[in-house]
Amino acid sequence: MSGSREATGLDHDGGRAPSDGARQAQRVRTVGVDLQEAGEDARGVVVAVERDNPGATVTQLPGLVRIQVPGRLVIRRASVEEQLGREWETHEFQLAIVSYHGHIAEWDEDEIVIQWDH
Amino acid sequence: MAQKLSMKQRYSALTRDLDWTPDYVDPARVFPYTAFEGIKVHDWSKWEDPFRLTVDAYCKYQAEKDKRLYAVLDGFAQGQGHLSLSDARYLNSMKLFLQGVTPLEYAAHRHFAFLARYYNGPGPRFAALCQSIDELRHTQTEVHTLSTYNRYYGGMHSWPTMFDRVWYLSVPKSFFDDAMSAGPFEFLIAISFSFEYLLTNLLFVPFMSGASFNGDLPSMTFGFSAQSDESRHMTLGLEAIKFLLEQDEANVPIIQEWIDKWFWRGYRLVALVAQMIDYMLPRKVMSWKESFELYFEEQMLGGLFKDLEFYGITPPRHVEHAIAEKDLLSHQVYWTLYSFSYAAAFTTTLPDPAHRAWLREQYPDTFERYYQPPFDRAAAIQEGGGRFFFQGLPQLCQVCQVPMLFTEPGDPTTLCQRERVYRGERYHFCSDGCQWIFDREPAKYVQAWLPVHQIYQGNCGGPTVPDVLAWYGIQDGDAGSTSARSTTPTGSAGTPKPRWGLTMPVRAITEAYEFPSRSRAELYGDDQLVHVLWKGNMLLAAAATFRVPRAMPWAEFLAGVVDPWAASDPDYRPGTGRSWTLDGRPLEPRDADTLADLGVGHKSLLTFDT
Repeated sequence: MSGSREATGLDHDGGRAPSDGARQAQRVRTVGVDLQEAGEDARGVVVAVERDNPGATVTQLPGLVRIQVPGRLVIRRASVEEQLGREWETHEFQLAIVSYHGHIAEWDEDEIVIQWDH
Repeated sequence: MAQKLSMKQRYSALTRDLDWTPDYVDPARVFPYTAFEGIKVHDWSKWEDPFRLTVDAYCKYQAEKDKRLYAVLDGFAQGQGHLSLSDARYLNSMKLFLQGVTPLEYAAHRHFAFLARYYNGPGPRFAALCQSIDELRHTQTEVHTLSTYNRYYGGMHSWPTMFDRVWYLSVPKSFFDDAMSAGPFEFLIAISFSFEYLLTNLLFVPFMSGASFNGDLPSMTFGFSAQSDESRHMTLGLEAIKFLLEQDEANVPIIQEWIDKWFWRGYRLVALVAQMIDYMLPRKVMSWKESFELYFEEQMLGGLFKDLEFYGITPPRHVEHAIAEKDLLSHQVYWTLYSFSYAAAFTTTLPDPAHRAWLREQYPDTFERYYQPPFDRAAAIQEGGGRFFFQGLPQLCQVCQVPMLFTEPGDPTTLCQRERVYRGERYHFCSDGCQWIFDREPAKYVQAWLPVHQIYQGNCGGPTVPDVLAWYGIQDGDAGSTSARSTTPTGSAGTPKPRWGLTMPVRAITEAYEFPSRSRAELYGDDQLVHVLWKGNMLLAAAATFRVPRAMPWAEFLAGVVDPWAASDPDYRPGTGRSWTLDGRPLEPRDADTLADLGVGHKSLLTFDT
């Protein structure tokens, strides 16, 4: 591959590629989900995610809620149930999710985990 | 008493226990399409679906999604919700969506059904089956959603016909046809990975937030309902690429090339979205630039590609051009649509002062300097009672089929022209990205159905604009602005002279992959196509393409063909001093020389300065 290709790099902040040392200490990549801003159920999920993920940033867009977390995002059934005051199965998350970034590393009865693997 | 199975066990029972290995038929005959692309799969059982979806869960949640959507549609219709839109202009973006995206959903439905039959592994087959049903649901719910507006507003009828015929819709159509005519693994990288994972957020999220912000409750609800399936499709894309990369190291370079190709194909397609976000939404959510930075640069280049580095995958080729274009793209595309909107089923208007102020703020380095001047000139024409139009047909890129409106990297005032002569015929491209894609598989792209060339071949209803619009199914009032003009001199058919026949490098399931160019010289008889570019004139979004007799004298060509088109610019003065080039070489034409005498060939490019 050509040099120009490498130079496109991953540093989209307009700066030059950082030194090796800086590269090691690079910030943790974020993962996140975009959820529909719709009703009690969605609010319960957002509150549960904020509780279970220290460092979570929540942003509002028209019709949407974006949640971003450095490194790893977990959605726990028990926490959502506590918020909603009813049974909630993790499949129900499909009704709320609009988009995500990261890799869905786990999705079972008890939790959904989104992270980058490498 | 049987114990209830866990999600993992149920998924495994569905996708593994119901599968069998054929023993009396050769597996290669049962799955004939998964070998020719050169992808090696050793163990299909390694495919994981994180959603662990089973038939019961799929039906239950899809039904719930539909129930919620249709409740909203009913309420909106009953309450005359269409009256609460921010502005009727908003519906332009929904017309574009219905004409350009809905047919893609249907195409995806068809092709995923095919994949649900033809992948060797049960995991990907079931994922493809679910996606196929999803895509059909999207087609239907989109139609139902927009039928709310179709009762009151023009331009939403005949969209399947328009998709097959209209010039700007050949961009999405050819994109998807390119993917569907590739092998099953390339399709997965094209659609599931490059489109659904890399670029879908740029398409859907701004569209749907835009709908929300402009009072379009049905489209917002539809969009988020579809997008909830889309998350599953994104997962399929990501699982697919990881699975293929892990199966065999030899897959890595093949997949890298597909990413390189399909990133650029998809990026050119979302150019239509870029202009929609910046120009068609009366109330703005975010600019194209901001959305590109957030959803592509930050999440994909900064997140995903770091992950793929592990496998030796690098960011897509030509991504630096996409990044550099973020300040230019939406303006260039919208100006082009504005210039040609007499032939579109949507309206275009000039940005008002508040909109311009927003554009200046979002694009401080480019809008005022490069893109406001053409809008100012068009506004002056409008004040004089006229309407600026590009009085001709544009030159199209052979690969993405977008008019050649893009500019040279680093030079926003010079239109980018790339050219290849392949088997004696000239082809033009809008960018290094599209040229690179052509060079990989020229035998595929010579078949492109380019709307402008098809019009000139007489395949689109007739030689005049009204003929073509009637054939498109566009009715008076659909565009909001119409202009009836006759443009094309036509010629008689000549003698066919075949000029192809060697083997070509396209990886295909058949032994020989040989097809003629769909715009070869013989199709034009004694005529030929000629492209003319007025260098540095930002009012003319692209070069124009004309069909003219080879024996036409230069003076007649100037007066009868070039002048009427160049007069799109009211400042044009026929006969003023000009320096011409022909295919990059200086040209000094004399009035009596014919185009043939001057060496102007089929699809030659003539340029001039004033």
